Amino acid sequence: MIPELGNFSVMLALCMALAQSILPITGSFTRNSRWMALARPAAAGQFVFVSFAFGCLIYAFVVNDFSVASVASNSNSTLPLYYRVAATWGGHEGSLLLWILMLAVWTFAVSLFSRQLPDETIARVLGVMGLISIGFLCFLLFTSNPFDRLLPAAADGQDLNPLLQDFGMIVHPPMLYMGYVGFSVAFSFAIAALLGGQLDSAWARWSRPWTLVAWMFLTLGIFMGSFWAYYELGWGGWWFWDAVENASFMPWLVGTALIHSLAVTEKRGSFKNWTVLLAIIAFSLSLLGTFLVRSGVLTSVHAFATDPRRGLYILIFLAIVIGGSLSLYAWRAPKVGLGGKFSLFSRESTLLVNNVLLLTAAATVFLGTLYPLFLDALNLGKISVGPPYFETVFVPLMLPVLLLIAVGPFVRWKSAPFADVAKRLRWIALATLIFAVIAWMSFAPSAMVVMGVAFCAWILLATASHVLERLRHAPAGTSLWRRIRSQPRSYWGMIVAHAGVGIFVLGVTMVKGTETSNDVNMRVGDTTSVGEYVFRFNDLQQVSGPNYTAMRGTFEVTHNGSKVATMTPEKRVFTVQRMPMTDAAIDRGFARDLYISLGEPAENGSWVVRVQHKPFVSWIWGGCIIIAFGGFLAASDRRYRLKARKRAQDVASAVAINAPA
Amino acid sequence: MKTRHKRFALVGVGLAVLGLAAWLILSAFQKNLVFFFTPTQVFAGEAPQGRTFRIGGMVEKGTLVHQPDGLTWKFIVTDMSKTIAVTYRGILPDLFKEGKGVVAEGKLGADNVFSAETVLAKHDENYMPPEAAYALKKGKEANAAQQPDSASAVATDSAKGAK
Repeated sequence: MIPELGNFSVMLALCMALAQSILPITGSFTRNSRWMALARPAAAGQFVFVSFAFGCLIYAFVVNDFSVASVASNSNSTLPLYYRVAATWGGHEGSLLLWILMLAVWTFAVSLFSRQLPDETIARVLGVMGLISIGFLCFLLFTSNPFDRLLPAAADGQDLNPLLQDFGMIVHPPMLYMGYVGFSVAFSFAIAALLGGQLDSAWARWSRPWTLVAWMFLTLGIFMGSFWAYYELGWGGWWFWDAVENASFMPWLVGTALIHSLAVTEKRGSFKNWTVLLAIIAFSLSLLGTFLVRSGVLTSVHAFATDPRRGLYILIFLAIVIGGSLSLYAWRAPKVGLGGKFSLFSRESTLLVNNVLLLTAAATVFLGTLYPLFLDALNLGKISVGPPYFETVFVPLMLPVLLLIAVGPFVRWKSAPFADVAKRLRWIALATLIFAVIAWMSFAPSAMVVMGVAFCAWILLATASHVLERLRHAPAGTSLWRRIRSQPRSYWGMIVAHAGVGIFVLGVTMVKGTETSNDVNMRVGDTTSVGEYVFRFNDLQQVSGPNYTAMRGTFEVTHNGSKVATMTPEKRVFTVQRMPMTDAAIDRGFARDLYISLGEPAENGSWVVRVQHKPFVSWIWGGCIIIAFGGFLAASDRRYRLKARKRAQDVASAVAINAPA
Repeated sequence: MKTRHKRFALVGVGLAVLGLAAWLILSAFQKNLVFFFTPTQVFAGEAPQGRTFRIGGMVEKGTLVHQPDGLTWKFIVTDMSKTIAVTYRGILPDLFKEGKGVVAEGKLGADNVFSAETVLAKHDENYMPPEAAYALKKGKEANAAQQPDSASAVATDSAKGAK
């Protein structure tokens, strides 16, 4: 009964989405304010119905209703409760409903926090979001309904893929989807602006905080996926240039370009066309990511059983959205205008270079990810493009970006004297150079590592010096806290995010350049070493978990004779799917991780063991979190809220004046 | 500088950057394309010597052996028509099993043994790597072309293997 209610609720949500899109958009052109006013309540209604449907699906998973097909194929009665809840989005159908739920949440949030927007704009923005929602709801209802019944009902479920039975499964998909779907807001704002032909700095100011929040979620989602793969897949990699990862990375790159371009449009009114185009591309790539991951053209942890109907549907949907929005862009963009002028050396030009580089990087990832699929689809042979391609191409493209991250904030808008910027940065450049030489003499084993740490120093020092310069500009006697508070949050957001990039770069270079790994054959009592750490295989025992049995090794790690850690890697076999899984043991530290994975037992009772020493790997995660926090700070800037309040006051006072007459 | 000159300079710099990027990308792309060959193709000598490529198929039952050093594995990959011997040093993926699909990336040695640098298995029990399935399908076709009589028997066999 409950699943049928959920199904019905999805249908009602579809009706709401129809009402939310067609009427308000039509109304915005015919100036029918009643039709336009429908957008907000319809968005609220859609949110309620989609949430209810999602609740129904979670309920079906929680009570182990194996008469529902998606429950039977993704859950099991022995699965702990929290994984049963997470299993809701463990399969294709449920994850699609999660996508739709996220869209409904974003739509509802836009309808709530947009009181300051003109009626026409909000009608169009919500209308476009409704159109996207219609596409996805139809996809769900016609090709992948999570409420489909299974007759006769299964006695028990096929269980959630053991790789997915992890805390990461609870956090990673919702975060990532919040990011993906969040770009639909920027997209809808862009389409609404194109429809109305109005594109000004107010438009940029409205869509900027939404884009920042979406970008923050995407950053966290990608970080979480990488962090999860690192400890879960059992061999210590954290980024594989796998097509599914690339699918999330492309919108991130374009999204990063977009938030920088939005800054120019808001501050100076320039780059309008460009910003709109980026918003369209960012969301299109999010859709493409969904297509890649969900249509079954790729095999990975993320891909589910293939159904050609689904792939075709998403492909058509993609063609309509991308084709439609680009045609609209081609038709309307010339009217938008170019905006303020700027000189060759200015904040605008540095941001333009940043945008070009980021977009080129996204294009290279696009080529490497889609070219093999394209060839395969045309039956021209099977090829794959491995990590070496991405590394050789991506790194050189990012080097100027890293250089500019430090320079950009020092460059003034409109026009900046080059000599002045050079003067302010010369000591930083010198310090970076000295630091690089010291690194070269002391610890760095390769030119790549020297370059990585030098870039980290360059970014951190320049960013810190920019902060000092800013804080110094205050009347004497101002307290430090007051000085810090006097800078807007968006400034702090930029500073924090840039510093995060520096930390991230350090982590990546140190791991890539100085990690060591050792595959050895060990029996209980043997020792091996990696880096300066000695690992002793002390014990091997059979243990059993709630839905698996495992062999657990106990290793004692010593460094210069003193004990550092006891680590217990496991080799698990899950009882339902009879699937073996390596559960690696990780000893995390500030400046290094130790990583042990247990391989296969040999006939004579010895085990293949991989021990790894990974310097500064935590800095990668730290950097990502700091970058995301920067996005949060920037999105919470006062001016976005202040404008809202001021506009509301103006309206209130206008009403008060008019009332007596 | 006049505005027009500046604009030219900007466009010029942009084009130069794009050109450089395009050159970088295409040359790296050329170098790092990894082609896929089925065991039959490798047997026919279509695969390049000394360059990394991928093979796929099914791990033949009863062929997986541990070498004396305790770290190196040797097994045979088949597409039901031809076979190829593979060596791999290190930890095999969790879902690597005899009688299941596999894709390996590495180089072909002079002794016609494929030494794999990476072995990819699937992430999930239920699915076959598409490349492995493709190799089995091709192998089946090759068999059908060679021995029209026994084709049906082989076909059912490999269909079972693909499931």
